[in-house]
Amino acid sequence: MLGQEFMRNALLAGTCVALACGVSGWFAVLRGQMFAGDALGHVAFPGALAAAAAGVDQRIGLLTATVAVGIALGALAYAPRARGAGAPSSASGAGDAAIGTAFTFVLGLGVFFLARLGASSQAGSGLQGARTLFGSIFGLGAGEARLTAAAALGATLLVLAIARPLLFASVAPEVAAARGVRVRVLGVAFLGLLGVIAAGATQAVGALLLLGLLAAPAASAHRLAARPFAGIALAGALAVACTWAGLALAFAIPSLPPSSAIIALAVALHALTRWLR
Amino acid sequence: MRTELAGPTASWNLASDLSQLLEYHFMVNALLAGSVAAVTAGLLGWLMLVRHETFAGHTLAVMAFPGASGAALLGAPAAAGYYAFCGAGALALGSSTQARQGSFRQRSAWIGSVQALALAAGFLFVSAYGGVLGDLEGLLFGNLLGIADGQLVALAALAALTLALLLAIGRPLLFASIDPDAASARGVPVRALASAFLLLLGIAVGSISQITGVLLVFSLLVAPAASAQALTPRPVLSLALTVVLGLLVVWLGLGIAYFSVYPPGFFVASVSFAIYVLARASAALLPRRASDEGDERTLDVQPDELVA
Repeated sequence: MLGQEFMRNALLAGTCVALACGVSGWFAVLRGQMFAGDALGHVAFPGALAAAAAGVDQRIGLLTATVAVGIALGALAYAPRARGAGAPSSASGAGDAAIGTAFTFVLGLGVFFLARLGASSQAGSGLQGARTLFGSIFGLGAGEARLTAAAALGATLLVLAIARPLLFASVAPEVAAARGVRVRVLGVAFLGLLGVIAAGATQAVGALLLLGLLAAPAASAHRLAARPFAGIALAGALAVACTWAGLALAFAIPSLPPSSAIIALAVALHALTRWLR
Repeated sequence: MRTELAGPTASWNLASDLSQLLEYHFMVNALLAGSVAAVTAGLLGWLMLVRHETFAGHTLAVMAFPGASGAALLGAPAAAGYYAFCGAGALALGSSTQARQGSFRQRSAWIGSVQALALAAGFLFVSAYGGVLGDLEGLLFGNLLGIADGQLVALAALAALTLALLLAIGRPLLFASIDPDAASARGVPVRALASAFLLLLGIAVGSISQITGVLLVFSLLVAPAASAQALTPRPVLSLALTVVLGLLVVWLGLGIAYFSVYPPGFFVASVSFAIYVLARASAALLPRRASDEGDERTLDVQPDELVA
């Protein structure tokens, strides 16, 4: 299996993206920001289409869209009107409504760009759309795989670098703010980093995989480990394990798409931990 | 459809624009179906926001993707796939309905997992079907301009059924949504109501998304209700405003789309977003009553009023 070059590329990119998703997903679950993570995965698609319509490299459009939306959501989540008592405000309906309305609009823009592109190359843009939404991890070139891996690892290290204050700010925002932790800046920085990870993940494995790898391994880790740093490590490890097993499964069964296999395993794990505890 | 319409031009005479637009049967069907969808989705969406179930609503809308692709794979009618997956999704989400603060995180993660699994299943069906995601735009934004009379009747019948059921459980549901602890202390079956609401939402989303697509149904669920709730905390007024804004979104979106070369989905989503931004901006700018300051609750309802 490792003799195939496409498999080595898939493993390299998949491992790094899974690690990034597992670690940042642990914080996303803790902060109740799963919907924001979902929205980031969705806006990658219009971002790539907009870049294609403008004739720019799609990766730039994708990264710009996810990071910009991440920062906007981070800023919006702590807008005075939506601030909740204690809980991060995306727990409140106002935050979720704003996220939902905004990303539907951005997806509407995606269809607008699709219609613009469609005049020239209907089949090409549809195919690209499918690839953006669902990824094609087995189709990664060596250069793409290395770039994705580097971006994902970099974002993971940055999340880990702010892990301690971010944890404080997520668990007890008011106490953290009183102690001089910059709660709001941390929230924006976290969603910005999540945007970088979303862009990397979408490029390599599709928006589909992003949500599953953010939610399922991290939620399992939250159920299994009570101590924060053990939970973060476990979330990363579970995400990587699901990715490896899913890739091996998809390699063995050619008709099974790798992203479907990875998600099915991760969600099965989540369902199992829910049932056990 | 577009080609025979090459170049409808808008003039400043709105009456002649409107009569030009209503000459086409497909436009009349689109307006009627859009109106039914806007009213149903608006009212359900209003409750969805009160219950903080936005992410669940989005997930139910996404269920249409495996529904459509699974039905195509099996050769079954698409409608059967939509209802099967939206219903199954509602049951899966309903398996974790606690209103406790601590379990909110786990619930949101579970919704994410369910949605990811639905997408993964849909992708599996699509690749088993032949690897071509045929009509991506149709799936996402529907085909509002190509609605047959039969579809319109089916949509209206299901909408009437959904709204009748919603009316039947409306009062205890609102009580359970606003103050779950007090409601369960008074013997209201909070968990059963939560599952029932998700099932109603799933069925409505399944029927509406067949014509509006996966994303547009969500836009109609969230934007009008969120705008109305930003504008007024009075429940009856904001419900009425939700319906009015929903109809406005659909009519404006379809009207603009008729005179444009771009798809109606884009305009409906844009008008929704514009109305929402305006509503939030005016809510932020207008002076609010002192009692609203720092109040997390978006509705001005005393739970006691709801006890019959």
